[in-house]
Amino acid sequence: MKSLAELQALRDCTLDKLNLRKDRKEGIRIVVGMATCGIAAGARPVLEALEREVKAQKLDNVMVMQTGCIGMCRLEPIVEVYEPGKEKITYVHMTADKVSKIVSEHIINGRPVAEYSVGTDKAQSVNDTVFYAKQKRVALRNCGVINPENIDEYIAFDGYQALAKALTEMSREDVIQTVKDSGLRGRGGGGFPTGMKWDFTYKAVGDKKYVCCNADEGDPGAFMDRSVLEGDPHAVIEAMAIAGYAVGADQGYIYIRAEYPIAVERLKIAIGQAREYGLLGKDIFGTGFNFDLDIRLGAGAFVCGEETALLTSIEGNRGEPRPRPPFPAVKGLWGKPTLLNNVETYANIAQIILNGADWFASMGTEKSKGTKVFALGGKINNTGLVEIPMGTTLREIIEEIGGGIPNGKKFKAAQTGGPSGGCIPASLIDTPIDYDSLMAIGSMMGSGGLIVMDEDNCMVDIAKFFLEFTVDESCGKCSPCRIGTKRLLEILTKITDGKGTMEDLDKLENLCYAIKSSALCGLGQTAPNPVLSTLRYFRDEYEAHVKDKKCPAHVCKALAQYKINPEKCKGCSLCARQCPVNAISGEIKSPFVIDQDKCIKCGACQSTCKFGAIDKE
Amino acid sequence: MSIATIPFKGTKEQEEKLREVIKKHTGENGAVIPVLHEAQDIYGYLPIEVQKIISEGLNVPLAEIYGIVTFYTQFSLYPKGEYEVSVCLGTACYVKGSGTIIEKIKERLGIDVGQCTADGKFSLNATRCIGACGLAPVMTVNDAVFGQVTPADLDDIFAKYQA
Ligand SMILES: Cc1cc2nc3c(=O)[nH]c(=O)nc-3n(C[C@H](O)[C@H](O)[C@H](O)COP(=O)(O)O)c2cc1C
Ligand code: SF4
Ligand code: SF4
Ligand code: SF4
Ligand code: FES
Ligand code: FES
Repeated sequence: MKSLAELQALRDCTLDKLNLRKDRKEGIRIVVGMATCGIAAGARPVLEALEREVKAQKLDNVMVMQTGCIGMCRLEPIVEVYEPGKEKITYVHMTADKVSKIVSEHIINGRPVAEYSVGTDKAQSVNDTVFYAKQKRVALRNCGVINPENIDEYIAFDGYQALAKALTEMSREDVIQTVKDSGLRGRGGGGFPTGMKWDFTYKAVGDKKYVCCNADEGDPGAFMDRSVLEGDPHAVIEAMAIAGYAVGADQGYIYIRAEYPIAVERLKIAIGQAREYGLLGKDIFGTGFNFDLDIRLGAGAFVCGEETALLTSIEGNRGEPRPRPPFPAVKGLWGKPTLLNNVETYANIAQIILNGADWFASMGTEKSKGTKVFALGGKINNTGLVEIPMGTTLREIIEEIGGGIPNGKKFKAAQTGGPSGGCIPASLIDTPIDYDSLMAIGSMMGSGGLIVMDEDNCMVDIAKFFLEFTVDESCGKCSPCRIGTKRLLEILTKITDGKGTMEDLDKLENLCYAIKSSALCGLGQTAPNPVLSTLRYFRDEYEAHVKDKKCPAHVCKALAQYKINPEKCKGCSLCARQCPVNAISGEIKSPFVIDQDKCIKCGACQSTCKFGAIDKE
Repeated sequence: MSIATIPFKGTKEQEEKLREVIKKHTGENGAVIPVLHEAQDIYGYLPIEVQKIISEGLNVPLAEIYGIVTFYTQFSLYPKGEYEVSVCLGTACYVKGSGTIIEKIKERLGIDVGQCTADGKFSLNATRCIGACGLAPVMTVNDAVFGQVTPADLDDIFAKYQA
């Protein structure tokens, strides 16, 4: 690729060839969502069946493609059909068996199959659903649209135009100024202004500089970065090249977790194609600018998401953090100035360069510009991937986009920021989602995990769950974190075992503050957050465990009581025979009883009773 | 009941492959971790014998290699079962009850997380988010992914592998 003209010619040619042109007269395009979750749900046989059927029917003008994340995990596998001049039709819960009907009815006879589509009574597109209505796709613009393994499709959607523009029309300072003016802040959790970071790295003195991408995605229950890399890997590659130009680096590394094999594979393919097209390598667009990229695999250590640990890990060592300053912008990889940004941060860059800083800054709130991607999970109807303008309220996400809580249960809290974050209780459901509002209520934006909990979740148990995670993941380098988090977990375990005292609650709180102020890295400094925020909003639940020895959500096993309802018990003795400690006694045909002192709360009796006579309280 | 003590059974071919990998990465900055990944692909795990070859090949002290292997949870010192059962304990799966699923599997197999059954058939692993949270709770057996798993599904899932 030597010039912008060449890039544009390729774009036009691909638009025609792959039935991508919006105003085309003929040619149908069928895409199958083939990100991790689509594949897990069974998308591959669907894709194969479609390819077979289209070939068998000799439909030369129909293209069948794989694509990335369409975003509605709950409805996977998903297939979408694009006909010229019409809104696309989205088919959900697809199976290979449904394929022949869709091909014969819809593709050949032009009659979309309503019963398989996302619409309830007529064939519809996801765009018409409430799930999509409030979304705005910037970082995810190509996910679920293009084939991520074909660079031509990325180029057809204006890919690499931003790189061409930056290299041929903008100075390095212009690029940095544009990113600054856009107001973009880091999407990896910290929310640091991206343009400022670029400027620091640009100004740092060094004979060599590096640009790195944090694709470690450590928050368990979050998959935004995976989706971007699986659905649109070139967006990250292009942005890293732009960043390389701006800060003066010719080498980049993408640090990606090994648990994401599909993302790794697609990145490898994408890097290979970009090299082949001369969009990575030497003398890009004939401007003399050189830039290349390599992948480094993480190996399952949450702390490696922390920037200094990540760089140490790329260097090939145990990924332990080091104190800052010096910041990576000054002294990073192999001691050289290094720019590190998150995947989603990069995914916004090309759009900002192409559409301008003002366009980006027109979305969002005063201090949080643009959009944010969230992985919506837990007790919510529409689990999936959503991208919303900053400032959207939690209520809109949960009640509208998310479609509410399943089984008519009550919304209790949402956790953002994963193990470093905090919960947002139901009473604060109208909080706008932006960096500062979330901080103010003791939670945080985090990288985008948003886990919804209902009345059946115990908040003490959730705090304990996150502490188990941090205890496991603490690298052990500093004692406030290594020992402090263990103590926190011990106290929490004592409480969930029904052995806690009111003093323990105070101890818990004091210890939290002590750890926060003295741990070396972000992992330890934020580890107490889930405890502090649940204590703040759900103190009554902690007290119920301590004072009444009860778990209001009936989760904590040690506090559960199994009781036989005499009205329902038929006296069949089945439960008594199942009980491992002979805690159940009674006479045949009259109600049995459980000896609470003997019962070890294994739950075996409850699952055996055929009459639903045993309740857990 | 772990088979951690079984003797190392590396073959000549495996060793040759490993030496090639080492050669490919020699002189590269930060080569240890990429080599360990590829070595684990070759052997399935990283016993001390394999670490020794890498230590000599890359000219990095064995203690440092061992320190790296034990730091990262992806690297295993022990062989895995023929079927590796993994249950996701990520947040999305946990709030949907994956904790109960893993307990039931422990009971069923009579092993703890990180262990392997005596016949070498099943090993059990707790993973953190495989990115299929939308299907939570999720478990995998080797490459097969099972979503929305309930304790009642376990009989059917294990029946597939218990031939
Ligand atoms: C314990 C810990 C884990 C982190 N994990 C991640 C992660 O998985 N992904 C990520 O992008 N940033 C993570 N971060 C934040 C990074 O240190 C860093 O701030 C970020 O990658 C910078 O990119 P950004 O400015 O584009 O957000 C983590 C921080 C800490 C303290
Ligand atoms: S705070 Fe925890 S993770 Fe961070 S350096 Fe200290 S021990 Fe390691
Ligand atoms: S199994 Fe159910 S019905 Fe039978 S004795 Fe026990 S509680 Fe009563
Ligand atoms: S919960 Fe277990 S120990 Fe308690 S009565 Fe039932 S079967 Fe017996
Ligand atoms: S649809 Fe892509 S992660 Fe679920
Ligand atoms: S939390 Fe289980 S797959 Fe993400």
